[in-house]
Amino acid sequence: MTRTSTLIERAAAEGLLDIAYAPVDTPLGPLIAATTPRGLVRLAYERDNGGLDAILDRLAARLSPRILEAPERLDATRRELNEYFTGRRDRFDLPIDWALVGPFGRRILCAAATIPFGSTRTYAEIAGTAGSPRAHRAAGNALGANPIPIVVPCHRVVRTGGGLGGYTGGLQRKEELLRLEGVL
Amino acid sequence: MAPEPFQRVLDAHADTVVRYLTATLGAHEAQDAFQETFLAALRAYPRLRRGSNVRAWLLTIARNKALDAHRARQRRPVPVETVPERAAPADDEGPGGSALIAELTAPRAREVLFLRYAADLSHREIAAVLGCTEAASRRAAADGLTALRERLDPPPSSEEGPVTLP
Repeated sequence: MTRTSTLIERAAAEGLLDIAYAPVDTPLGPLIAATTPRGLVRLAYERDNGGLDAILDRLAARLSPRILEAPERLDATRRELNEYFTGRRDRFDLPIDWALVGPFGRRILCAAATIPFGSTRTYAEIAGTAGSPRAHRAAGNALGANPIPIVVPCHRVVRTGGGLGGYTGGLQRKEELLRLEGVL
Repeated sequence: MAPEPFQRVLDAHADTVVRYLTATLGAHEAQDAFQETFLAALRAYPRLRRGSNVRAWLLTIARNKALDAHRARQRRPVPVETVPERAAPADDEGPGGSALIAELTAPRAREVLFLRYAADLSHREIAAVLGCTEAASRRAAADGLTALRERLDPPPSSEEGPVTLP
């Protein structure tokens, strides 16, 4: 066992590993996945978020600087993402930590999380499901700020008129995800 | 502002801490002391003030862990006739620099030279680690180096004077 893996295990056992992260390669480009002891807290498109250092800096400022690279703590996340991108998984069974999301955003994202693989809903429908039918614009903002894209499928939320709307990882990625799911 | 992600601290300073602990404790005990050092650092890290010298802070912790290890070793029964005040460091290094430093009798010189040459700290950083002045660190280093030089190249004694032919 290397000295780093020993450190990771002991830190986790003593409750000192607040955030474990690992890079994940996907057809949409490199992602950084980060988990707390409670669950997946961040899944960031590395290139759109200023790179690894900027992503970790924001996690340190928002949650805790006790951050270590610990890929083994993200084995399930990496496996499920790999299965999703290779067409072998249509829902994620990962515990989620909503620490980066406020109460309204959490209601919106939880509503989005109920949209099945291969389906879409409109921003207005999601706002309605979340109990705030008139807040479709705020719902759009909450979806755009989704800290855990793909796993929390904000890409399945589109405009009422049939337009795709925006996406945290760029419209092209939204199209690719919807194509993967057979919607486009 | 929060301190930077701890992984960066580990990346930047793990090798230095390993070198220092290996020099002072030997390769075997250095492993445990490395874990203890970084666990203690991780525990205290959120309270570290932005702008602190992280390397000197880590070496302060590492030095304390090395002292703990030495004390633990002295408490253990040792199956030899005489208990060495300081165990031989770095079993795999042979009689290298750190073994020579370990044999220095002046504790301050020993500490300073380990921090200077195994951890590559500046005298300013050493002063912060040991809680002494920069001048005291320089003086201890100079004294230690003089003592080492005399060990390696002892001044000629009267019995080994110039050979005179009969």
